[in-house]
Amino acid sequence: MRDRQHIAHPTYLRYIDKLREYYAASGYPMPYKWVHFTDVPFTPLPKPLSECRVGLVTTAFPMSVAGAERSPKEPYAMPTDPAPDRLYTQDLFWDKDATHTDDVNSFVPLAAMSEFVAEGRVGSLAPRFYGVPTDYSARRTEQRDAPAITELALEDAVDVMLLTPL
Amino acid sequence: MCHQTVSLTARHLEAAGIPTVVIGSARDIVEECGVPRFVFQDFPLGNPIGKPWDHAMQRATTGMALDLLERAFAPRTTVQTPFRWGDDAWRENFMRADDSNRAELARAGEERRRAQAEATTRGIKRGG
Repeated sequence: MRDRQHIAHPTYLRYIDKLREYYAASGYPMPYKWVHFTDVPFTPLPKPLSECRVGLVTTAFPMSVAGAERSPKEPYAMPTDPAPDRLYTQDLFWDKDATHTDDVNSFVPLAAMSEFVAEGRVGSLAPRFYGVPTDYSARRTEQRDAPAITELALEDAVDVMLLTPL
Repeated sequence: MCHQTVSLTARHLEAAGIPTVVIGSARDIVEECGVPRFVFQDFPLGNPIGKPWDHAMQRATTGMALDLLERAFAPRTTVQTPFRWGDDAWRENFMRADDSNRAELARAGEERRRAQAEATTRGIKRGG
């Protein structure tokens, strides 16, 4: 029991509190309203993973968006083979002081998943991975982007999806 | 914000009959939104799968997500990886807003609003 500690707050960082306080201090008194649901959908695994095609979803984008005139991002699909060396993350919200995103596999598990496929733990990796644009508007995500990702997944006959936000 | 976008996307996929698992580091945002399966990596935002170039850790995290796909029997199932970032300073430093920088944040916010207002009057479209 050497691991035992005494705490007055949860140990994990509470981003909803953190962002509200940060923006209030920056002169934005109206807090962002996060989405909360009571009900959560659930679909059991339809068949053994060793027979499933796995898809990957990221919030990073192809390097080609770097430096481009800022335009509304659209959901995209990109080949998993060859895997990209880099993806563009600079415009996303992550801890740029504590870490970096030079290793794509630290935020999209392309290499690890390829190994699990080679070992037979997973049936196959979808021929494309998918990108969903981070959006302040939950409505745009729900009405435009999430349906587009689902459409891409169905096109590629994806059985299960791993999603990895930055 | 990425975590909310992805959680909403996971919910949509799941409702369409595709089982999902989210691997992420903003536990409160994901759990408040509500997703079927979640692997929590208690790291600074940016490397949910594992530390950069640490393939063994990335593989282990991905393996936990696969285990969760096989074993979760109800929605809102969260598991946490056993990994520690090491230095915990990021917890204090990230988006710090306390007496040490309150005046500076207020000034920077004011400056940002002034720049945005100017850009708007010049007709430059504001980025999202």
